[in-house]
Amino acid sequence: MNQRITTTVLQRLGHWALGRLQRLGRGNLFLLHVVPGLPGLLARPGLMVQQTFAIGVLSLPIVVVAGLFVGMVLALQLYNTMVDFGAEQSLGPVVALSLVRELGPVVTALLFAGRAGSALAAEIGLMKATEQLSSMEMMAVDPLRRVVAPRLAGGILSLPLLSAIFSAVGISGGFLVATGLLGVDSNAYWSQMRANVDLFDDVANGVIKSVVFGVVVTWIAVFEGYDAAPTSEGVARATTRTVVNSSLAVLGLDFILTALMFGDNT
Amino acid sequence: MASEPPLVEIRGLRFEYSGRTIFDGIDIDIRRGGVTAIMGPSGTGKTTLLRLIGGQERPMSGCVRVDGMEVARLSRKRLYELRKRMGMLFQSGALLTDLSVFDNVAFPLREHTRLPEEMIRDLVLVKLQAVGLRGARDLMPAALSGGMARRVALARAIALDPMMIMYDEPFSGQDPISMGVLVKLIREINDALGMTTIIVSHDVHETAAIADYLYLLSEGRVVEHGTPARLQRSGSEWTRQFLNGLPDGPVPFHYPAPEFGVELLQP
Amino acid sequence: MRQSRALEIWVGAFVAAGLAALLMLAMKVSNITSYVQGGGYRVSAAFENIGGLTVRAPVRIAGVRIGRVSDIRYDGESFQAIVTMRIDDQYDYLPADTSASILTDGLLGENYIGLEPGGAEESLKDGDRIEITQSAMVLEKLIGQFLFGRSKGSGD
Repeated sequence: MNQRITTTVLQRLGHWALGRLQRLGRGNLFLLHVVPGLPGLLARPGLMVQQTFAIGVLSLPIVVVAGLFVGMVLALQLYNTMVDFGAEQSLGPVVALSLVRELGPVVTALLFAGRAGSALAAEIGLMKATEQLSSMEMMAVDPLRRVVAPRLAGGILSLPLLSAIFSAVGISGGFLVATGLLGVDSNAYWSQMRANVDLFDDVANGVIKSVVFGVVVTWIAVFEGYDAAPTSEGVARATTRTVVNSSLAVLGLDFILTALMFGDNT
Repeated sequence: MASEPPLVEIRGLRFEYSGRTIFDGIDIDIRRGGVTAIMGPSGTGKTTLLRLIGGQERPMSGCVRVDGMEVARLSRKRLYELRKRMGMLFQSGALLTDLSVFDNVAFPLREHTRLPEEMIRDLVLVKLQAVGLRGARDLMPAALSGGMARRVALARAIALDPMMIMYDEPFSGQDPISMGVLVKLIREINDALGMTTIIVSHDVHETAAIADYLYLLSEGRVVEHGTPARLQRSGSEWTRQFLNGLPDGPVPFHYPAPEFGVELLQP
Repeated sequence: MRQSRALEIWVGAFVAAGLAALLMLAMKVSNITSYVQGGGYRVSAAFENIGGLTVRAPVRIAGVRIGRVSDIRYDGESFQAIVTMRIDDQYDYLPADTSASILTDGLLGENYIGLEPGGAEESLKDGDRIEITQSAMVLEKLIGQFLFGRSKGSGD
């Protein structure tokens, strides 16, 4: 009896793992089919412009507002701790490093998954459910090239820019709080920052992170949308899965990337 | 005309979908220049048949030949070339919701031709005029009624002047006026542009009114085929039940179930 | 297609804002200047102990940053650390007998190299070595000295 339960559990586990693997494989194949369509976009910049607007420009408000507040809160919180050690002069670099290395790329990617990723998945899923993708195929237009590729490219372009804006706005927000509210010297804020933030180790690594996140989040979103069951329930599931999976992927990848980039600094 | 090979030849087609047999060896010929209707009760896979002709599905066995080419064996490129010569009207219309009526009709032209914008404009207006919606060109699909959406989709399907056009349930869910408009349009477009038309439908009267030839499908097989007039005189009980819409007959009113009396007595 | 002009303007503004943000991160936030002004000249100094000094630590004179530590290595023959620093070109007059010491910025701050100008006529040139150095103060040693009241030579 016990043995039977064990084998059943193992079987379930195997079934689940195989299902995951299969999905991962399909996702990779999907990407493989979309990528050859990316160079063709250069001939049709209009498609890119449209998608960059929908994905990037429309995500701007939430990213700017979030960046501003994260920067301000960061300055307040850190100041309270640092002032005890007489280290409030280092507020600038600590705020900047937190934002540029970590919070900028990660928080922007999470916001992006919620704002743009879910919209992408829902849009493509609905296009599938309403036979729009099918009708494109019948018009001899490859939806992977016409629908998916511009969205993927738009997402990959947008996220690094959004991350940079998030960090810049956050650092400025921190500056406002530090100098206006907490009385930190404004020169110290900037000069300490410049002395401690490295262009390659910190800023460039942050940008690399956000590029990776851009690829992963947009990829998950367009795949989930394209792979959705063509029903309203299927679209709803695809949207949820996009947000959950891409958020988890961002956090997991963030750890790996951080370990690779900054792990050997000690 | 009889000597000319059919535009679409379906031979011994078998197709299964998630374990269910949809087609179990059917043969269909679609003659050039005519209107052929494929009819059958809901759920007989009529839409699937159109997808097989369009190469969106592959048969398990048997073959579908369009203009002499076996669809399932075509390379992607050749298949896309073939599809440019096919128009298809989806049941929902399947207009691209982010484009206006004008841009929807212009879509295939913009994707497949390098025509100057003025020429595209003229072509689109001609097609919209043909379906009587030239005045609606700036509306978005969401603002259209179901019948209008189908007419726009029709204009889009004929934008590239295809050799054939397939209609998936063009009449379902239409009010009598839109239905009349569509019936007239389908026949007119077929005759005026010299196209071949395939209609998949279960609306007997409208379809019989414009079709030159009918195929009746049921349970994965071709039950009967012939001209509408001949089928009306058919001896088959099933054909009579279907064409006249009788509630009971070879297709039973009741879904298969145990004897009613027995089931009532069970606890 | 009619709104495409407005779309393009928006997207253009978005891309410009993103690039401006990147530029700000590079110019105002990070130390791009130390990469861009690749020039400068190098001088080195030998220390008994460099404490927590790291590459890219500032080099200061009278509290003003005039360069950065560009390289630290250990010389197996003299058992000393050889620190190379790059001094910005504009500070080209440092007397040849300038002394270097490793100092700490505040109690818990980072280590940096402080230069103390001497009185010589000649100035330091690229590749020169600063002869007079003072090592980092190691807290444990200081405490040891204090506790046992021994006055060992503090110059090391």
